[in-house]
Amino acid sequence: MHAPKPSVDASHPAPAPARTGALNLADEARKREVRTSWLLSAPALLVLVTAASGPLLIVLVYSFLAAGDYGGVVWSLSGEGWFKVFLSRDIFDDTVGIADAHLTIFWRSVRLSMLTTLICIALGFPTAWFIATRSRESRNVWLFLITIPFWTNLLIRTFAIMEVIRSEGIVNTVLMTAGVIERPIQMMYTDFAILLGMAYVYLPLMVLPLYAAMERLDFRLIEAAYDLYASRWRVLRRIVVPLVKPGLIAGSILVFIPSLGAYVTPRVLGGGKNMMLGNLIELQFGQGRNWPLGAALSLTLLVIVMVALIFYVRIVQKEAASRE
Amino acid sequence: MKARLMFTATALAALVAAGPATAAGKLNIFNWGNYTNPELIEKFSKEHDVEVTITDYDSNSTALAKVKAGGHGFDIVVPSHSYVPIFISEGLLLESRPDQMENFKNMDPQWVDVDWDPGRHYTVPWQWGSTGVAVNREDYTGDINTSKIFLDPPEELVGKVNVVPEMADVMALALMYVGGESCSTDKEKLKAARDALMAAKPKWLSMDYGTTDKLSSGEWRASVNWNGSTFRARLANPPVEYGYPQEGFPLWMDSAAILADAQNVENAKLFLNFIMEPENAALISAFARYANGIKGSEAFMPEDMKDAPEINMPPELAGAGKFNKTCSKEAQDYYTAIWTELTK
Repeated sequence: MHAPKPSVDASHPAPAPARTGALNLADEARKREVRTSWLLSAPALLVLVTAASGPLLIVLVYSFLAAGDYGGVVWSLSGEGWFKVFLSRDIFDDTVGIADAHLTIFWRSVRLSMLTTLICIALGFPTAWFIATRSRESRNVWLFLITIPFWTNLLIRTFAIMEVIRSEGIVNTVLMTAGVIERPIQMMYTDFAILLGMAYVYLPLMVLPLYAAMERLDFRLIEAAYDLYASRWRVLRRIVVPLVKPGLIAGSILVFIPSLGAYVTPRVLGGGKNMMLGNLIELQFGQGRNWPLGAALSLTLLVIVMVALIFYVRIVQKEAASRE
Repeated sequence: MKARLMFTATALAALVAAGPATAAGKLNIFNWGNYTNPELIEKFSKEHDVEVTITDYDSNSTALAKVKAGGHGFDIVVPSHSYVPIFISEGLLLESRPDQMENFKNMDPQWVDVDWDPGRHYTVPWQWGSTGVAVNREDYTGDINTSKIFLDPPEELVGKVNVVPEMADVMALALMYVGGESCSTDKEKLKAARDALMAAKPKWLSMDYGTTDKLSSGEWRASVNWNGSTFRARLANPPVEYGYPQEGFPLWMDSAAILADAQNVENAKLFLNFIMEPENAALISAFARYANGIKGSEAFMPEDMKDAPEINMPPELAGAGKFNKTCSKEAQDYYTAIWTELTK
């Protein structure tokens, strides 16, 4: 992922040995540079290999083992974990069919994550635009305000949302005191609550890349468009959106991926009646005592994320190609 | 007592002399969160000059996984009865013979020859209780001694019931409701239990923990709940009452045991003996509001616990209480399949 750059060592030119020719000398220096850059990136590579690939490998191996009676795995090869991700043997008549429950949960996760992304775009786009069009000094203040939620733990933020929307929470109390409603609106334990929670938590991840793209926008292009009698809608659609597209896509990816694996938000705000992928995986490692299935489900989630990323890279590459 | 202390002191001195591996005067307890009375620990520390550390866990499976992984440094663990056989069969517990300890005479005879530890060679009762239903009587005044409260909710409670996402308890309640038993592999019964759960789910509000708080605040009007938690909710919100489902309800007991790789075995033994003293057992109950298994502890319990309906099971319903078994892998897979379908 992080290819070593030969230029890393450019500021420390190697002392040249006098007895070799000029060509050899250059060659030698380049070799040394490569060596140094490998050495310099060794800690990062080590962390990546041991802390990222290592556990992943364990998950992969576990997904092909048999489940232990009381959790854990038994060291014998088994396809049962993967089998159960997609197919289910009906426990009552032993027929094999599509794992309908898992597909429902996959689909709910993808659907809610896409909706979260759309909500974040709808809210984040104007916000980023607002910030990008402020004066240079005040922009930093606005950006700073956007990052404030990150100072607090996710769980605490989620519980804060709960205090706002629960039956005896702020919203219902205010509305009832004002006489707008007679009995509390049930907002907790619904998909609405999950969406609200996830959109709130991940919104900054949409605003920041969008802002980065908008900041570089050449506003003269917009002026030119207005001069040519383009409507506001047309300017947005034909000039702004195409130019900030990389930011838009990056933001969507940053929101979509963590939403897909969300665990805390559906658990706390969704009331646990309907699982998302994260909860399903937790069930297998905990009460379900089926680690191979949990491992296989985790890898399935990983594959979905990879597909989304490949999709993203393709789009960006196509954009780049068409611009040239 | 004195002789024992002398023995411990000598043993500890010998261990300290033998090497630095054993720290004298320490005890590390691994217990459920919000479950250990600080007064109890303070008293033990003072009496025996032992520094006690408590670490929390939130489920039996978490505790098992951590202990199995090793390197934890804990001396005592408090698993539920259904997990005790797993801990024993995995070789994780020390056969510390509580039945030969001085205070064993205080143990209520009904808890001595239990299925999960016959004769009490490994474990000492910590607390025991039941899983039933809690109902706010302002909403519903009918019979609450039934699983119908959540499996076929009366009109007044539709859309207001919470079900704790504790798979083993909920499945056991549903299986007993349809005439089966916990950890059943009888497909007829499993199917009936699944159908009952699936039909009831649209009438539930949520499937969440935190029952004490939300029943106290009145946000939930009914819930599958534990007796001690309901007791605490009633103290905060008097219309909350506890029902013992007549179709059958799970009983559970958490028991303290010494780990096989404990570093402070003698202190751990002192502790097991210590909590079999009625006065100390009463301290455990006074905190988490569940009954313990020690005779004579009632005398030391807080006044409000002595006649609490959540603690004293009505005799006509006591027979419906059954200890959950340790499910076989097959039964566990049925449970998980039904549970996944229920919460998909």
